Amino acid sequence: MRLSALSLTALLGATPVLANKVFVSNEKGNDITVLDSETLEVIATFPAGNRPRGITISPDGKELYVCASDDDTVRVYSTETYEQTHTLPSGPDPELFVLHPSGNPLYIANEDDNIVTVVDVVTHKMLAEIPVGVEPEGMGISPDGAVVVNTSETTNMAHFIDSATYEIVANVLVDQRPRYAQFTSDGKLLFVTSEIGGTVSVIDAATQAIVHKITFAIPGVLPEAIQPVGLKITSDGTKIFVALGPSNRVAMIDGSSFEVLDYLLVGQRVWQLAFTPDESLLFTTNGNSNDVSVIDVAAGKVVKSVQVGQQPWGVVVAPD
Amino acid sequence: MRMIHAISLMGILAAAPGWSDTVIRAAIVRVDVPGLPPISRLDLPTADLGFAGARLGTEDNQTTGRFTGQAFETAEYAAAPEAATQALDQALAGGAQFIVILADDATTLALVDQAGDRALILNAGARGDRLRGADCRANVVHVAPSHAMMADALAQFLVWKRWDEWFLIAGSHPQDRALADAFRTAATKFGASIVEERVFDDTGGARRTDTGHVQVQKQMPVFTQDAADHDVVIAADEAGVFSEYLPFQTWDARPVAGSAGLVPRTWHPALEAWGATQFQNRFEALAGRPMREEDYQAWLAVRIIGEAATRAQSSDFPVLRDHILSPQFEIAGFKGQKLTLRDWDHQLRQPILLATDALTVSVSPQHAYLHQTSQLDTLGRDRPETDCVMPE
Repeated sequence: MRLSALSLTALLGATPVLANKVFVSNEKGNDITVLDSETLEVIATFPAGNRPRGITISPDGKELYVCASDDDTVRVYSTETYEQTHTLPSGPDPELFVLHPSGNPLYIANEDDNIVTVVDVVTHKMLAEIPVGVEPEGMGISPDGAVVVNTSETTNMAHFIDSATYEIVANVLVDQRPRYAQFTSDGKLLFVTSEIGGTVSVIDAATQAIVHKITFAIPGVLPEAIQPVGLKITSDGTKIFVALGPSNRVAMIDGSSFEVLDYLLVGQRVWQLAFTPDESLLFTTNGNSNDVSVIDVAAGKVVKSVQVGQQPWGVVVAPD
Repeated sequence: MRMIHAISLMGILAAAPGWSDTVIRAAIVRVDVPGLPPISRLDLPTADLGFAGARLGTEDNQTTGRFTGQAFETAEYAAAPEAATQALDQALAGGAQFIVILADDATTLALVDQAGDRALILNAGARGDRLRGADCRANVVHVAPSHAMMADALAQFLVWKRWDEWFLIAGSHPQDRALADAFRTAATKFGASIVEERVFDDTGGARRTDTGHVQVQKQMPVFTQDAADHDVVIAADEAGVFSEYLPFQTWDARPVAGSAGLVPRTWHPALEAWGATQFQNRFEALAGRPMREEDYQAWLAVRIIGEAATRAQSSDFPVLRDHILSPQFEIAGFKGQKLTLRDWDHQLRQPILLATDALTVSVSPQHAYLHQTSQLDTLGRDRPETDCVMPE
């Protein structure tokens, strides 16, 4: 506890104080919990439709997008008033999505229908439906916005989609149940987590070749419990964090050697991750313990856990 | 919808050079034994039982096949026991080399031997331990779990609960006796004791008449009266004759498990963990009813074919068969971990659900039971215990 106080003070001293709102979707609670990234207190809770999972925010920080999976729609909320402003046509059972770096359009994985839906967030019109593999889930986009990647959980592929033509240009076979896709900020590498395979595939974005597979082993934890799901990379590419599901650990990985540096004990069934804009803190959603763990990125330590709603699933932090 | 598929297929074939564009043919043969309807009308068989699961599996394989230039077909045969041989002949004549079988132990074994090296049989129904032991064959993969796995799954949970004194009630049919044997073995394996055993003779009965419950309410307490002190009643009723009458009708206030009450199962339509929700949704959209165990097992059998085709990057039967039987093979089945094959008896390793009518109560293997190779091998016959001498 003393450690957490110290590191927080250090953070506050090191950078200008800019509190950011942290939005957590609670899958079973059907609401969003809002935290303050500075005080780490819950500052609001608001309803968000049925089974909210994927959650993201516009680059200007004004619009919050939520996949209300059981409502077959994407709900859009004001990040100031927490009122719903409108909905977007998402296709059935939206689970995860990714926003184009420019803020438009939104690429949505429709888990029940084997398609990726592209939606214009300004006109609220559906631009395209792209057939992909069985149970589309993870969505990633290259930093230049040219390539959208979808992972299909039963087909076990990462589908590379040309964002201009909506055509699939490559399919990469990865291990069982790929959950999440994340590019490095230089766009050179793509990381894909495989929940049941227990691995992270490191893919060369240009050649679509798998160049490395990260594996995990935690003393005293059954191998079957190590299930990689959410993944985030620092913008300088030096550290990779992987949420390992029911093993209740987040792996901290060296960005060049791909060696695991440490396993950080967090809450139960850790699912998704989000950095603060300065990347000093990383928030994790822990679905079975109904809390969020806060990781001090520089120290590589868990500094606090905060109770949120029922079965927290996704998390996003507002930009500065 | 068709047009979209055709267009995308062309685009993808171009993007996946080198993979042959061929049809991988499978068949599902379901052998229906005529008999009385089940005790509960909720359990009435449907015309598409098992077939619906195979259809979803084939759709899933087709969707993936669009990216690999592979197409999948599964022909469906429902046959009476005397027509089973003919149905298999037709399936083989139609070019199917992967045959999913939903049948009882004896029929499954006969069909396995009939197929010989012409096909790989995926047993999606029969649970007999002899099929994995003395009667094991090289040309079959047991997707369905064995009685031993089911009994061990329940035993682990009950012993963890310290409900280790069992009152075993077995039916009078051969398949009931086989299941009772599995419960006896499980009790010894995990340290429970069977303090009393009784046989429920199938003499026909009221079953689903309008006054049936009146008879049951009088007969079952008497049948279970004066048993030795026990924690739980274990019903071995594979024939489905009496076990559903036991809960709340026993003489002593004891829970029922086994064939009724807390039941070991491969699937439950209320399962939501491990991404199962969307799988249930997809099945229900296709079939218009909840998924049953037969559907899950048939789906898994068909997915094994598709997974082999994707991973082995081939449509060639011997290549796919060898891949399925290799140590590299693994498949996801909405059970929270990868499922693999035991090389000593070709049994698919899998977690087993312990469920009431409404919900999953627990999932075995229980955490406390460890194993040097795979925790899943705490369920069923492990390598040192097997009776199987795998024919070459």
